Amino acid sequence: MYSAIVFLPLVGFLTAGLFGRWIGVRGSQLVTSGLLVASAALSVAAFVNVALGGVTEHVQILTWIDSGSFETDWRLRIDTLTSVMLVVVTSVSALVHIYSIGYMSHDPQQPRFFAYLSLFTFAMLALVTADNFVQLFFGWEGVGLASYLLIGFWYQKPSANAAAIKAFVVNRVGDFGLILGIATIFLMVGSVEFDTVFKAIPGLANKSFLFLGHEVPVVTTICLLLFMGAMGKSAQFMLHTWLPDAMEGPTPVSALIHAATMVTAGVFLVARCSPIFEYSETALTVVTFIGATTAFFAATIGLVQNDIKRVIAYSTCSQLGYMFAALGVGAYEVAMFHLFTHAFFKALLFLGSGSVIHAMDGEQDMRKMGGLYKLVPATYAMMLIGTLALTGFPLTAGYFSKDAIIEATFAGHNPVHMYAFGMTVFAAFLTSFYSWRLVFMTFHGTSRADHHTLEHAHESPLVMLVPLIVLAIGALGAGIVFKHYFIGEGHEAFWLEAIYRGTSNHIMHAMHEVPEWAANLPTVMMALGFGLSWYFYIARPDLPVELARTQAPLYKFLLNKWYFDELYDWILVKPAFWIGRTFWKFGDGRIIDGIGPDGVAARVIDVTRGVVRLQTGYVYHYAFAMLLGVAALATYFMLGGVH
Amino acid sequence: METAASTLPAFGPALPEIVLAVGTLFLLLVGAFRKVSPTRGISWAVVALFALVAVLVTGQGDIHAATFGGMFLIDPFTRFIKLLVLLAAALSVIMSVTYIRRENMDRFEFPILIALAALGMIMMVSSNSLIALYLGLELQSLSIYVIAAFNRDSARSSEAGLKYFVLGALSSGMLLYGSSLVYGFTGSVDYPTIAAAISTGHASVGLIFGLVFILAALAFKISAVPFHMWTPDVYEGAPTPVTALMASAPKVAAMALLIRVLFTAFPGITPEWKQIIVFVSIASMVLGAFAAIGQRNIKRLMAYSSIGHMGYVLVGVAAGTVEGLRGVLIYLAIYVVMNAGVFCVILAMRRSGEQVESIEDLAGLSRSRPMVSFLLAMLMFSLAGIPPLAGFFAKFYVFMAAIKADLYLLSVIGVLSSVVGAYYYLRIVKVMYFDEPVQALDAPMSRELSIVLGLSGLFTLFFFVYPAPLIASAEAAAAALLP
Repeated sequence: MYSAIVFLPLVGFLTAGLFGRWIGVRGSQLVTSGLLVASAALSVAAFVNVALGGVTEHVQILTWIDSGSFETDWRLRIDTLTSVMLVVVTSVSALVHIYSIGYMSHDPQQPRFFAYLSLFTFAMLALVTADNFVQLFFGWEGVGLASYLLIGFWYQKPSANAAAIKAFVVNRVGDFGLILGIATIFLMVGSVEFDTVFKAIPGLANKSFLFLGHEVPVVTTICLLLFMGAMGKSAQFMLHTWLPDAMEGPTPVSALIHAATMVTAGVFLVARCSPIFEYSETALTVVTFIGATTAFFAATIGLVQNDIKRVIAYSTCSQLGYMFAALGVGAYEVAMFHLFTHAFFKALLFLGSGSVIHAMDGEQDMRKMGGLYKLVPATYAMMLIGTLALTGFPLTAGYFSKDAIIEATFAGHNPVHMYAFGMTVFAAFLTSFYSWRLVFMTFHGTSRADHHTLEHAHESPLVMLVPLIVLAIGALGAGIVFKHYFIGEGHEAFWLEAIYRGTSNHIMHAMHEVPEWAANLPTVMMALGFGLSWYFYIARPDLPVELARTQAPLYKFLLNKWYFDELYDWILVKPAFWIGRTFWKFGDGRIIDGIGPDGVAARVIDVTRGVVRLQTGYVYHYAFAMLLGVAALATYFMLGGVH
Repeated sequence: METAASTLPAFGPALPEIVLAVGTLFLLLVGAFRKVSPTRGISWAVVALFALVAVLVTGQGDIHAATFGGMFLIDPFTRFIKLLVLLAAALSVIMSVTYIRRENMDRFEFPILIALAALGMIMMVSSNSLIALYLGLELQSLSIYVIAAFNRDSARSSEAGLKYFVLGALSSGMLLYGSSLVYGFTGSVDYPTIAAAISTGHASVGLIFGLVFILAALAFKISAVPFHMWTPDVYEGAPTPVTALMASAPKVAAMALLIRVLFTAFPGITPEWKQIIVFVSIASMVLGAFAAIGQRNIKRLMAYSSIGHMGYVLVGVAAGTVEGLRGVLIYLAIYVVMNAGVFCVILAMRRSGEQVESIEDLAGLSRSRPMVSFLLAMLMFSLAGIPPLAGFFAKFYVFMAAIKADLYLLSVIGVLSSVVGAYYYLRIVKVMYFDEPVQALDAPMSRELSIVLGLSGLFTLFFFVYPAPLIASAEAAAAALLP
């Protein structure tokens, strides 16, 4: 059963990818979607069996690498952590597959699209079922590849290609850290199997090794390197630049990869490595700091973006920051819980915005929308549910998980936990503001779209609405249903060995004992954000414009995303281009070509000219040359020759 | 030795030469007494005569024999070379049939002179003394001087013949001077006696001078640098079938003669002559490669090409081993066939009834004559030495032998110069396939040319499939020379 969950999407990928031409569009859709639905159903069964039933399974597939002392099996590890991810990945993927049948119906290359989606799902499942770091790395790179292919799916668009390359390159930076982390683990432990490594970490806790003359603590180094990988994949502060650009891909892709699954791989990695991170206070502090900063930073940018998908993209970035903040204070369960609920409402928001874009004939700019709730009422309802869940309206999914994170940061013990508390609370306010801004700008007020588009605006077909409804149910109910298991009284029986906690880490109890005011603060912030947003975009629509003008520098700073792209362009991209051009023009062109092929060819021509000029046509010259030859040879031998 | 009968030399070993001489004289008489132009018939008769002689040569078997007081000898080496010479001569007669009629050179002496040249060549191949060498060489040379100037109405043809004659006379003078020096210092003109004389005593400077002069004369015949300067001018000016002949048969014969002299008369001073050969070889390879790049006339280009190829052949000679000689013989055989194919195309280069010779005239040939272009392209690739074509194996065997004989410098220079040389062969391919055609060449090719070109192309393409017979016979011939 567990193997089937992982490999059914691979079958779908191979079928649609290799034979898409023969089985046609409809065939590709049915094969991939059907297999994904089957995989999702099995995942639910696995969840019931493993997470609720309280067992941990290992499934040996094959011996993968056996080289010297390095040995790696391909083995599925199914514990609670994995089964949660399985449910998230397969269910969202299945819904996205189905949704895409409607959304992509006008695209000429659908078999390729569905093949990529299934490939992504397979890679993601390989990642979450990994039983060792190498297998995890395989999945890690696989999702990176699929993400690249899907962002650049519309390869005729230069911006899509640029975004795909950017996503790949930025991720490589993180992957570099991950590789080094895995290598360090192998160096210190001699194995990459999770169980072996986790058992060996306590023994390394106070060890350090010499690097360039510095004493470096082993566990902290490993953690920070692994976290670097997580930062890249999860678009955390400084390695976040690729995620907004990735919105160039089709919207279902954004929902699946850039909201619900791939970007949470970093969170999963840290949670999976909790037995390592628990031994490094420094690393956890860094994780908290980066997470909290990202939560705030991305939210501020989200305030002023006008592209409907980019707002949600920054929102995703911000929510991932929440998860890392929770991880950093040791509340792994809370982070996973938010990951779980976030998958539902963020996928819902993305697919909902996709439905809007579909209705508006590809228009993504919110300034050209407005008043759409009459035209697409079902989509509007779904977006409302998603927004409520995201902003943490009481009893929706986000209310339980996000508030739990804020409480956990308050109850945490590391040096930056109050910083994290402040940042996440403020970000909650911002989240509420930009989320309602999105809803108001898109669905309320007077329409700013041209009438031509409005005439064609239509509600999406059922094949798109049904996935929205399923996700909406999740967004509303996932929190209240699963709170008990993930973070409530039942969490120890639920997670078992999947998440490790150091002996001094009592966060799961402490977070329930935070003062009343701290627990209620996020809800207040949510209300404030809603109120301000309503005031700005419904009551006084002229105010934002006014504000943008009077606060021009701040507005520009946010609109240009804190100038990160410009900064990277200036420090990294430009110098890289300069180095490349230097090597090309000077190194290769002048030196290698100049002295090599071109230079040799030029000398050959020179020699040729000289030789041809000798050929005068006069017989006496020729005779002279002959005699000269004889004389030279004779002289040579006369002067001693060989002896 | 006392009886009258026994004082007569044994004619058996020289039977092919005798048949060729008598047959040629008979055909000369036939031609002289026929009223209507008999050229075509006599041409084919000469080809038939060559075939008959080739049969006789083959029929002699694997024997080693000497006659005429030891001045004339036959062995598998001479047999191999003679067959090759006869093939090359026959091919050039066949290729000339249409040409001489079209170019108003339709006189029956033309094939007769080629036959006489061939006679000279096979005689010198069998020479076992300096006198016999000179006789054969002069018979060959004089015949070719005449046919080089055969197109009397053309200034270029006359100039070519004259230049060749004057410089040839100079080289003959050198040969005789060198021979007299060798005779003076060893007391003999017979190769075995010379070899014996050298082996007993220390080689004197005078003897080496003699060797230098003889080698210079022979190097002139194979147009090796620095005795090559006549080649481009004469190749360009002479009628094309004559050029085709000069580039093949005399080269083979002179190369065989060079080997014979070096290996049987001067084995005692091998280090000395090896230096000369290495020098001449390097100079020929390099000059052949570099100078050809500057050429626009395809006949001149083939002249430099042949200079370069003789340089490669000399690499095998310099190796001085059975393997090296085997490489030389394989090289010569493959070269003769490739050369014939290329000259077939050159002969067919006519536009509006005029013969054209510029490389640019081949522009766009691939469109009007795809098959001819393909074969010529294959021949060019083969001449450049690109596997798996025959030309690659030719170079492969000589360079292998050179490497085994520790001639690393020679091999490296040879390989490098073949890279440079590849340029001008490939340029022809480029002109045919990628340049815009100016005006299509006349079609079709005459039947003889098509057949020769086709066979040459097929041989070049498929030599690698079954190279064993050629390699085996070359091996046997080389072994006969080096016991």
